Amino acid sequence: MEIAVISGKGGTGKSTISAAFATLNGKVILTDCDVDAANLYLLFNPSHKEEVIYIGGTKAKIDYSKCTNCRLCIGYCRFDAISRARDKVVISEILCDGCVLCSRICPEKAITMVANEKSRMFSGSFSNGEIVYGRLSPGEENTGKLVNMVREKAKQLSKETGIETIIIDGPPGIGCPVISSLTGTNKAVIVTEPTISGLNDLKRIRVLVKKFKLEEYVIINKSDLNDSMSSRIKKWCKENGITVAGMLPFDRKIVDALVQGKSITELYPDSTTGKKINKIWNKIIKQKR
Amino acid sequence: MIKIAIASGKGGTGKTFIATNIFNILLQNNYAAMLVDCDAEEPNALAFFKAQLTGKKEVTQQIPVINTEICNFCGKCHEYCNYNAIFILPQMKIIKVIPDLCHGCGACSVACEFEAITEKPVSLGQVTSYSLKNADCILEARMNIGVMSPVSVIKAAIKEINNKADVAILDAPPGTSCPFIQTVATADYVILVTEPTPFGHSDLRQSVETLKKINKPCGVIINRAGLGNNDVSKYLFQEKIPLLLEIQFKKEIAGLYSRGKLLSESDSSFAEQLLTVVKNIITKHGNSSHQR
Repeated sequence: MEIAVISGKGGTGKSTISAAFATLNGKVILTDCDVDAANLYLLFNPSHKEEVIYIGGTKAKIDYSKCTNCRLCIGYCRFDAISRARDKVVISEILCDGCVLCSRICPEKAITMVANEKSRMFSGSFSNGEIVYGRLSPGEENTGKLVNMVREKAKQLSKETGIETIIIDGPPGIGCPVISSLTGTNKAVIVTEPTISGLNDLKRIRVLVKKFKLEEYVIINKSDLNDSMSSRIKKWCKENGITVAGMLPFDRKIVDALVQGKSITELYPDSTTGKKINKIWNKIIKQKR
Repeated sequence: MIKIAIASGKGGTGKTFIATNIFNILLQNNYAAMLVDCDAEEPNALAFFKAQLTGKKEVTQQIPVINTEICNFCGKCHEYCNYNAIFILPQMKIIKVIPDLCHGCGACSVACEFEAITEKPVSLGQVTSYSLKNADCILEARMNIGVMSPVSVIKAAIKEINNKADVAILDAPPGTSCPFIQTVATADYVILVTEPTPFGHSDLRQSVETLKKINKPCGVIINRAGLGNNDVSKYLFQEKIPLLLEIQFKKEIAGLYSRGKLLSESDSSFAEQLLTVVKNIITKHGNSSHQR
């Protein structure tokens, strides 16, 4: 069973809630799909690390010993990545989309494609199962391919270890990496917060989630920061047929636990929040279609 | 003009909170300021202003249309496409474009020797402009739901600034990948907003390292100070990164934000501190006329 924890808006508590879920009773495969800003491993000090190189996109590079300055490539590039600088043609690594067209049309074969080999996938064991995460090298296009690789590894580990529950800590937003995090999962848990942005973003991500026909749950985190907004979100969920799995108050204990490198359910299992998270988890895993 | 990007690796640290308040303070102090919401996947900055819609531009991408009556299924376009966006079964005379995978690079059109490929625009999102007190001063990039990447919409919004202001505040998308880079690459200075937690710290490091690589000057605002620990402050000290401002965690601040209210409206000392931060940045980095 794969459960994706997503949010649309960043910083609503996806990772803290995923970490809390991962440290309840049963063993889990914890999958950090926020490859842009992977964080969960910080809490779990995974051992037996496996490291795999992920080759993302390629970037065009000019061999100036061959370039005759004909500038043909400039006209072909649709990403405005090639321009003239003084006496030579230059390609902006930031703007290059890696489409290879310039390299194909260059009459002198002066443009080659260079692979970026700085992204990585890691996996290892932690106290309550296995953990897999990806690290996209800065500035790379997050196409979702590294997310797919991370998820494949998680499924493989699930088979090898017999641990059935896979928790996916998703990235923020609604773009490609989020789509990759949701594809083929069984349940989506949307973590939101009672702010105008939280509700706006919930509405936007819901449109996306709906396309996947999953079991959907909403958790309203930091619910006491604005009770009336929390009620508004609850009402919206009800009108749209989404189960609110629970509300969590703002609790400093969550941050205190993080600072000590632990999840709230690990460090304070008997706290109000710890108990609430346990209850939410049971609701999510038990409910059948 | 100067462009200041407000960014963070981690989501939800307070980018929009800082961006909207800086913009508000600049307006109040008679700067010709512009706010550009570049978080095209989840734009929210508008919720804080009663702005009037003044214009809307569709952002499109070209995708190929293959005329199967001319096509001889040679497969060259499929070979040229680096995004696997053209599906072909030559024996069965089947060829299809997969729009979601297409990046609009035009390689297939170049590849086709039979002029069987034309292109049509598809919508990726919109750039909308808004005015406050009759002055155009807010731009919003908004990606359509289901589109894979917000980059084109972000680029279009930044293009739209077009020197129409003296100070442009760019509210950046989270992360350190392509959308973040496209936003900060055009800025003269980057304010990174973080929080003093292990997650905030880890993501801040990644952002700082990325900005170093592209030689962007940056400074840090620590939001929700008092929660968590001192690791972020220590890190900034060690790396000699300017700590621009610390904002103490207060439930009231979170409450105000949740209702779409600006702290700088009710807290004059906060407004003054933030104005000083921005004034210093403008003085130091304003005349570089930085181009990427």
